[in-house]
Formats: sequence, structure tokens, C-alpha cells
Amino acid sequence: MKRIYVNEKWCLGCHLCEYECAFANSGLTDIVKALKGKPIHPRITVEDCGEIHFAVNCRHCTDAVCVRSCISGALSKGEDGVVRIDKEKCVGCLTCVLVCPYGAVMPAPDGHAAMKCQLCTDNLMGEPNCVRHCPNNAIVFEERTGEGV
Amino acid sequence: MNMFIYPEYEVVRDENKCIACRVCERQCANEVHRFDPDTGRMIADSEKCVNCHRCVCLCPTHALKIVKSDDTYKRNANWDNQTINEVYKQANSGGVLLSSMGNPKPYPVFWDKMLINASQVTNPPIDPLREPMETQLYLGKRTAKIERDEKGKLKNTLAPQLKLNVPILFSAMSYGSISYNAHESLARAAEELGTYYNTGEGGLHKDFYKYGKNTIVQVASGRFGVFEGYLESAAAIEIKMGQGAKPGIGGHLPGAKISADVSETRMIPQGVDAISPAPHHDIYSIEDLRQLVYSLKEATAYKKPVIVKIAAVHNIAAIASGIARSGADVIAIDGYRGGTGAAPTRIRDNVGIPIELALAEVDQRLRDEGIRDDVSILVGGSIRSSADVVKAIALGADACYIGTAALLALGCHLCRTCHAGKCNWGIATQRPDLVKRLNPDLGYKRLVNLVTAWNHEIQEMMGGMGINSIEALRGNRLMLRGLGLNEAELKILGIKYAGESM
Repeated sequence: MKRIYVNEKWCLGCHLCEYECAFANSGLTDIVKALKGKPIHPRITVEDCGEIHFAVNCRHCTDAVCVRSCISGALSKGEDGVVRIDKEKCVGCLTCVLVCPYGAVMPAPDGHAAMKCQLCTDNLMGEPNCVRHCPNNAIVFEERTGEGV
Repeated sequence: MNMFIYPEYEVVRDENKCIACRVCERQCANEVHRFDPDTGRMIADSEKCVNCHRCVCLCPTHALKIVKSDDTYKRNANWDNQTINEVYKQANSGGVLLSSMGNPKPYPVFWDKMLINASQVTNPPIDPLREPMETQLYLGKRTAKIERDEKGKLKNTLAPQLKLNVPILFSAMSYGSISYNAHESLARAAEELGTYYNTGEGGLHKDFYKYGKNTIVQVASGRFGVFEGYLESAAAIEIKMGQGAKPGIGGHLPGAKISADVSETRMIPQGVDAISPAPHHDIYSIEDLRQLVYSLKEATAYKKPVIVKIAAVHNIAAIASGIARSGADVIAIDGYRGGTGAAPTRIRDNVGIPIELALAEVDQRLRDEGIRDDVSILVGGSIRSSADVVKAIALGADACYIGTAALLALGCHLCRTCHAGKCNWGIATQRPDLVKRLNPDLGYKRLVNLVTAWNHEIQEMMGGMGINSIEALRGNRLMLRGLGLNEAELKILGIKYAGESM
């Protein structure tokens, strides 16, 4: 399946992806209206340490720990390989947040459920917005073989 | 105390659009932008801004723009603001003013005063999408003696040639003045396009020897990084006698830019200033130049063309004639608008002559003396578009060097602050955190796009003239007409005025 991959060598730590993610998942079509004066809750986060920067988001693991650990059956892996969360089923226990080895599942701002990257299949963007707006091609959306996580 | 000088450009932020994401702050190496936690707003210090537009381009909400300041001294047609400010700066510092990239002064641009012909009725235009349109060409000596071996077969006596698929090459920009990633982008683009890039005077990084067949290596007065392997790796060797941006003076790469990698490539100690002398200390005449030309040919078994690059100066035609007789295969002429990583402002803005006039003079002189076929002519020094390329070739050039246009394709916004070494676009810097901003995977594609687009346009213009080969356009000055030029300019350019018939 096509996944989002990040190349640390080209990640500048500009954090644009976080804002583009927050915008993509805001449900709004105006980025200023979506983000101005509000705290953002992106599903991709840039880890910084000195000169090293690395954007982290859901790997859509082949054998996803979050799916296996979900107590309410809210997390599932679709036929397309995308790990999705059903907010209606989620009880907000946050076990998935605890078990994800990448820190890629996070509590949603409403506090009642978890949220995660669904490759922009759940919003208006059509393709991952972080990939489209990465200024240095550090985030790519591609099919790679022999790399199942 | 230093005189306060009001910034020339101001950062303007649309507060209604700014979401305080701090991307501008993270991307500015000049530390213009800052987040104020007390107000939750971004603040900009225009005094530090060099107008490189990095923040403008990356701002996700397009909340930023840079405007020319309207602060002004009392209006004076003789003492404009910039002139006054430069006096203040020098009174503050006591130093020579430094600048980068090409001469920005409002001198006439002769390219824009020449118009290209097209066919109508009596001779048909050619559609390049339906018929062959040749832009491939060779650089080198055309003169070959007819000699036969003992069996009576013709011997190949043609001097080595450089084959180009497009009449465009990337001009000399050294590793040191530009970054590793910029060099990689140029090298990969040259390979894909079937043309050449030029190492400049800074040697060839060990990682780039694999692009040797698309590399022109330079031998300049500092002789940085020159050794047998360097010469052998390349497709051609260029002796740099001068540079359009700073004719008559050498170069000075500050020690701060001599990183471990640059030091190894240039073969000089790390952190020590790299000085290129103004003259080659072994060249004081055409005869001396001939010795270097033949030394380099001897060192490479006469398999590679030797280019001699000079700046366009007043006596250019006589100098070119001498070079053509020195054994060089190609003469490269760099006009006064050519770029640089650093030059004294007064030199850059006041020394040299326009490439259009220099080219026309040289081509005519070499033709008059019957030695035009002994050399090819390469021109650079502000070739800005495919139309400039067509006009240059019609004036007599074989092909064109592009430098500034190539850097623009890589993201350069002509802020002309290369000498500061803090290029926000990752081009003219050696700071690792800035260099990584130029991803060669993107950079080389943009270069390939640019040259491919220009080549399409060149084909369209040639087709319009009814010419189907770039070689048939070379020196075809009847395809040009002048507009807004005086008698002397028309005479030097060797073209008729618009409206004059064949």
C-alpha cells in the first residue's frame, strides 16, 4: 500500500506539515479561518533535537498494535491497509495512545476519543496534505516494497 | 556611533491572515521574525531582512509580503537614497562595499532592443512539432586538415569536440560559493539534458567525478583543486582569465566558508581564506596563455577541448583574436551583468561592457581575420530567456552559459546577499542546516524543466524564421533588427534597424 514516509535528511523542521494537517482535518476550506487564534491538533508531529528534525505520523502498520489493543473495536485496518478509527465506537480509554510505539495516535481535542492520521481519506483533501505542502520533498507518499512494519 | 540607516525593504504582515505558526521564524537565517509570547503575535525586524522571500514563499496563509520602504531623504536626482546610504555605510565601516549576483544598475539591455524575424508568404515557417528541428551542436575547432594515411584513407584530424543537445550550458559556479546540493542539482541536470555544468574554480568534489562526462573543470588563477585526476575526469577544461562581474580582479572566499569538505576539494587548509589572484602569475601575454593551453592539452593527451574564459572588456575583439591563435578550442565571454558570489560593488557596477556588444565585435573580428572556425564562442553574463539565447546565437555565439537563471530555477530570489553566506534557499551557503533546504531531487528537475522549456521555445522561434538547425542560425544577423538603437550601436551589433529590408 502507499504510505507516508519521511526522509530525515530533507526534513527542515519548519513544522508546515503540522499546520497543513490541522487545516486538512478542520473541515473548513479557508486555512486562516481554520487555524487563526486556535490551538492546533495535528496528526503529524515534527520531532526536533538540535539540527535533527523528523516528522512522525501513523505508519499504518501491517500488524497494528493499536488495532489489536482496542477494547471497543473502534480501530480497524481496512482493505486498503489504512488504519482507521471509528469515533462512534471509541470509548476514549486511550489504550491505543499508550501502545503506539511511534506516538502517532493522540487524544482528540474533544477528549472523548482518540485520533490519528488516516492519510487524508477522511477529509476533503483527497491526498495527504502534509505531503503536498512539504517544501523540500521530505515527506513522500509512495508504495515501497519489502518494508512492511 | 554608526549612522542609523532605515531599511530599504520592509516586512509587511497581514495580521488578519497570520496564524502565528512560526514557520517564517524557523526559516529565516537572518532572524528577522520572532514570536512574542505575551501578545501571541509575530514580530518582524525589517533591518535584518535581505528580501530573499523565503518567508513569503513558505507562509501557509500568504500573510507576508516585502515592500520597498517609502522612507526617503530629501529628493535629489543626483544623490539618490542608495548613493547616500552607501556613503553612510562606508563612513561607518571604512570598508569596501561588497555585493553579489549581477550588476543591477539600469544600464540599457541590448537584448531588449533587438527583434527576431519570422517567415511570411515567400518563405515558409516550419512547425517544430511536425518536422525535425535540430538544436544539437558541437563546440570546438572546426578546421581540420585533409590528410591521408599510407593506404590513402582520410585521417581524422578534427580536434576534440563537445556535443550538446541544447545550446545551453550551466556556467561556472564553484563549490564553496554554492552548496554541495546546488552542485549536485546542476550535475544531474546537465547529465539528463545532455549538456555540461562547470565546476568553477573550486575544484571538483569527490562525489561528482561520476558526472565527469558532463563536467567542464575550471583552472583559475588560484589553481584550487587542480591535479591530474581532476583534468582527466572532465569533458573539457576551462582556463578562467576573467569574470564578467569583476573583470580585472581576483576572488576571495572567506575562511568561514572553507569547511572540511570545501578544504579537501580545493586542496587548501580548513578555515583559511581562499585567495584567487587577479592575474594568473604565469600568464602575461598570449604566448604565456598558449603555454598553459598546451600544458593542459598535453596533460590530457589532446583529448579534451580547452576553453578560455574572459570578461567582456573594452578591447575584447583583439583579446579574443589572440586567444583564437593561442590554441584554445572555445572562447567563453562573460558580460558585465554576469553573476558572482561576492564582488566589490564598485567593480561589479562599473567595470566591463555588455555581452551583446562584446559578442558582436568578437564574432565580426574573428570572421574578418578568417579565424572564426578556429574557435567556438560561448557567451554568458545575463542570458535571461530563450529569446536571449536565440538573439545571442544570431549575433554569432555557438551556445550560451546560464548561471543566474539556473540559480533562480533552484529557488534563488536574487536578494544579492550571497557574500553573507546565509542563503535561506540553501544555494550560496555552506551551513549544513541551510544546505539541506535544497533537495537535489527537486532542484535537478526544476533545472531540467527550465532548459527543456527554453529549448521548446528556441525551436518555435527557429521554426518561425524558417530555420531548422541551430547551426544555420549562428551568426545569421539578418534575422535580427534593432529598435531604439543609435548608429554606433547598430554598427557594432552589425544589424539593421527595424523596418529596413534585407
